[in-house]
Amino acid sequence: MADQPTAAERFIQGILPENPVYRQLLGLCPTLAVTNGLKAAITMSAAVLFVLFCANVIVSLIRNLLKPHLRIVIFTLTIATFVTFADRFLAAYVYQMSKVLGPYIPLIIVNCLIICRCEVCASKQGVVTAGADAIGQSLGFCLALCSIAAVRELLGTGMLFDIRVLPVVWPDWVIMVLPPGAFLTFGLLLGLVNWYSDRRAAAAGGK
Amino acid sequence: MKPIQQMEPLSPTAFERLRNNNIIQAWLVLILTLCFGSSLAGIQMTLGPKIEENKLNETLEKIPELILGAEGAQKLTESGEKLDVIPRSFVVDKPGKKAVYNVYEAFDKDKKRLGWVVKTGGQGYADRIELLLGVDPEVKTVSGIFVLEQKETPGLGNKITFEEWRGQFKGKNTETPMGVVKGGKAGAGDINAITGATISSRAVTDIVNMAVADLKGPLTANAEGGK
Repeated sequence: MADQPTAAERFIQGILPENPVYRQLLGLCPTLAVTNGLKAAITMSAAVLFVLFCANVIVSLIRNLLKPHLRIVIFTLTIATFVTFADRFLAAYVYQMSKVLGPYIPLIIVNCLIICRCEVCASKQGVVTAGADAIGQSLGFCLALCSIAAVRELLGTGMLFDIRVLPVVWPDWVIMVLPPGAFLTFGLLLGLVNWYSDRRAAAAGGK
Repeated sequence: MKPIQQMEPLSPTAFERLRNNNIIQAWLVLILTLCFGSSLAGIQMTLGPKIEENKLNETLEKIPELILGAEGAQKLTESGEKLDVIPRSFVVDKPGKKAVYNVYEAFDKDKKRLGWVVKTGGQGYADRIELLLGVDPEVKTVSGIFVLEQKETPGLGNKITFEEWRGQFKGKNTETPMGVVKGGKAGAGDINAITGATISSRAVTDIVNMAVADLKGPLTANAEGGK
């Protein structure tokens, strides 16, 4: 276990160095689908945080009982349970939001980010590390979703959090809130992140 | 020849056979399923009524606006009064099938009937569209529509939910079915299509026309009989 990252390392790694969206390219379905508004992006991230945290903790608690050929079944079972919790909870308390997110909350079940964290971290490390990992990864996910959503909402509707920011003369680029806008924004931001980290690496190597 | 275990040439003992049994191996899965299943049932029992209530509330909240218009609804809220709403259901015989409509009947405080709100729906461009349709007591004019549920294209078809578009239905005569006209040249009895979303516009208009045609008879009959 000595070579496994500690809780703090897991937490930090999730946010930027191993950002789930920009670095691991995981969980892209919600990344593209629910980022046409910041509110939706944040609700989605909160749901992912809840599901990932609970799933990681449960899997970490039972990690010594797992049988290799049955582990995926157990991951899926755990994830599905907490996703249903989140879905029902949103429908009961934030009904409007749950209508906006539609099928994408139930679809967290098949979000590969969560199963990846269960497999890579929670099924091998202790509860504290697994919890820290879940929070770090979810924050990274939230950051990625919000960055894409901010660009799309601003350019597509001239609003941020449903409040008009750009002057009314701004011609709303409808394409940005449509699916193609998601791909364009994501591609450009991903390119930007890669370009920036390449430059940083080059600068560090030059010294 | 019977397959034998490679590691143990001797016949497995009862204990080992039990240990290799598929069901026994899956004990953790089974126990987790039980725990999760019961907790899900618990969540559903706690939150289920609340979710149903949310859905109903959304309908009930919109009724004053659909009957009285936005200003009328505002006045009503300011005066602290409430409409009496009676949920009813109408079955309409159509060729080959029966259509069931949930209709909300709205009265003011003097028991005067103010109008009807019909919950209806139909196929849109992407998925089913669920609508609330408000009509006056005699089903002569439409007093407003509201889109409860839709998954039309964001930026184009989802404009059916905007007040500026659905406001067109307000005051439309129900004598003849409404048509959909492109290019903003709609006449008195027609609806302007949303640019780039003619199918969504037509779908909503068709749903409204269909509900009016189906319910005009039963509702008027009921209104007269009720007096």
